[in-house]
Amino acid sequence: MISNSFSTSASISILNEMKKNLFNYILGIADNSLILGQRLGELCGHGPSLETDIALTNISLDLFGQVRSYYQYAAKIANNGSNEDTIAMMRPEREYVNVLLVEQPNTDFGYVIARQFLFDVYHFLFLTELQKSKDVTLAAIAKKSIKEVSYHLRFSSDWVKRLGDGTEESHKRIQNAINDLWTYTDELFHQTDADKKMIADGVGVDTLKLKETYYHNVSEILNEATLEVPELKYFQKGGKQGIHTEHMGYILAELQYMQRTYPNMSW
Amino acid sequence: MNKQMIEHADIDTELIPILDKVSDPEIPVLTILDMGVVRYAKLVDDVVQIKITPTYSGCPAMDVIADDITAAFKKEGYKVDIDLVLTPAWTTDWISEEGRDALEKYGIAPPLEAEADKEALLGNKKIVKCTNCGSQNTKLVSQFGSTACKALFQCEDCHEPFDYFKCLK
Repeated sequence: MISNSFSTSASISILNEMKKNLFNYILGIADNSLILGQRLGELCGHGPSLETDIALTNISLDLFGQVRSYYQYAAKIANNGSNEDTIAMMRPEREYVNVLLVEQPNTDFGYVIARQFLFDVYHFLFLTELQKSKDVTLAAIAKKSIKEVSYHLRFSSDWVKRLGDGTEESHKRIQNAINDLWTYTDELFHQTDADKKMIADGVGVDTLKLKETYYHNVSEILNEATLEVPELKYFQKGGKQGIHTEHMGYILAELQYMQRTYPNMSW
Repeated sequence: MNKQMIEHADIDTELIPILDKVSDPEIPVLTILDMGVVRYAKLVDDVVQIKITPTYSGCPAMDVIADDITAAFKKEGYKVDIDLVLTPAWTTDWISEEGRDALEKYGIAPPLEAEADKEALLGNKKIVKCTNCGSQNTKLVSQFGSTACKALFQCEDCHEPFDYFKCLK
C-alpha cells in the first residue's frame, strides 16, 4: 500500500511538472505576440500614413488573435480558475517572459519596421517548425498562424528594402534602428529550462537549429536593402527570465489599466 | 441558392437552409456557408452540434457569427452547441462559387491563386480585376486593407479604390 501511494504521488508530481513546463513554454511563445501586438496597437491612429497605420494594426490584431488561442490553451492546462484575460492582463512584470526585442519602443517608423522585421523572420521560422509539434493544439495554432505571419514577413521585408534603398534620410534611420535593435536578436534563440524539456519531449522547437538560417535570411534582405549587417559580440538578454528593460512597466501600465481598475470587467 | 452538397465540410442537408440565413457580419452579402467557416453541423440527440473555424486568428466576427447561429437555430426551435476549431486551418479555397460572385458584386475582388496572389501583392503584375469597370490596370495601394483578410487596390482606369480578398492557403 505504501509503495503504491508513493508511486501514485510520484507520477502526479511528474504530470504536474510536465504541465508546468508546457504552461511556461506556451507563455514563452504567446507573450512575444502579446507585447508586440500591444506595441503595434499604440500606433492605431498614429501611423505615418493611412495604409501603414492600417497594416500595422492589422498585424497587431493577427498577433492578438494568436495570443488568444495560446492563452486559452494555457488556461486549460493550468486549470486553476485563470483564463485568457487573467493570463494576459493580471500578471506582474516579472512573470512575463517575452524577449526584450518586442518591448522596444516605437521610436520612429524605422524602429517599428526594424523591430517587426527582426521578429517576423524568427516568427516565421519558428512557426514552420512548431507545425510539427507532437502537441496537436500547438501544431494547430502554428498552422493557422503561419499563414498570417507570412504576410507580416512580406510587409516588413518590403519596408526594410524600401527604407534602406530609399532616400538618404530613410536609409540612415532604418540602419540606425537595425544597429540598435541587433543587440536583442540573440535572445530569440535562448532556451529556458521549460524550452529544453519541451524540445526533448518533441513538443517544443529547437530554436538553436534556426539561428543560422535566421541570420542568413536577415542578412540577405539587409543586403538587398543596401544596409549593413551589424557586427556585434555582446547581446542583451533577460526577457525570457522575466527581467525586462525599463520600457516594460509602461507597456503593462497601459495594457493592464482597465482590468486592474475594474476587476473582471468584460466588453 | 442550391447548396445540397458542401464538399469540404460535414453538414446535415436539413440544416443547410438555417445556416444559409446567417451572414458574415463584416461582409453581409456572404453567408457563413459561402465563406466556408462552418466545418460541421449535425443534429445529435436534439442538439445541433456545430463547429466553426476562424478565417483569421484575430477575426472579431467570430463571436458575432456564433451568436447569430445560436439565434437562427433558436428561432427554428433547436438547441445549439458551438465549438471553435483551428484545424484544418481555413483557406480561401473554401469560399464557394456563389460566394466569389457575391464578393465581386459587392466590390471586393475575389482571391487569386497563391502564386498570382503573391505577384499581385508585391506589385509585380497587374492581375487583380477592378470590381467597378473590370480593367486589370490596377495598382496595389496597401497590402493590408479595411480588415486583416483584405488588401487595398485602386483602378488606374476608372480610379475606383477597392478591396481585394487575399489568398490564404
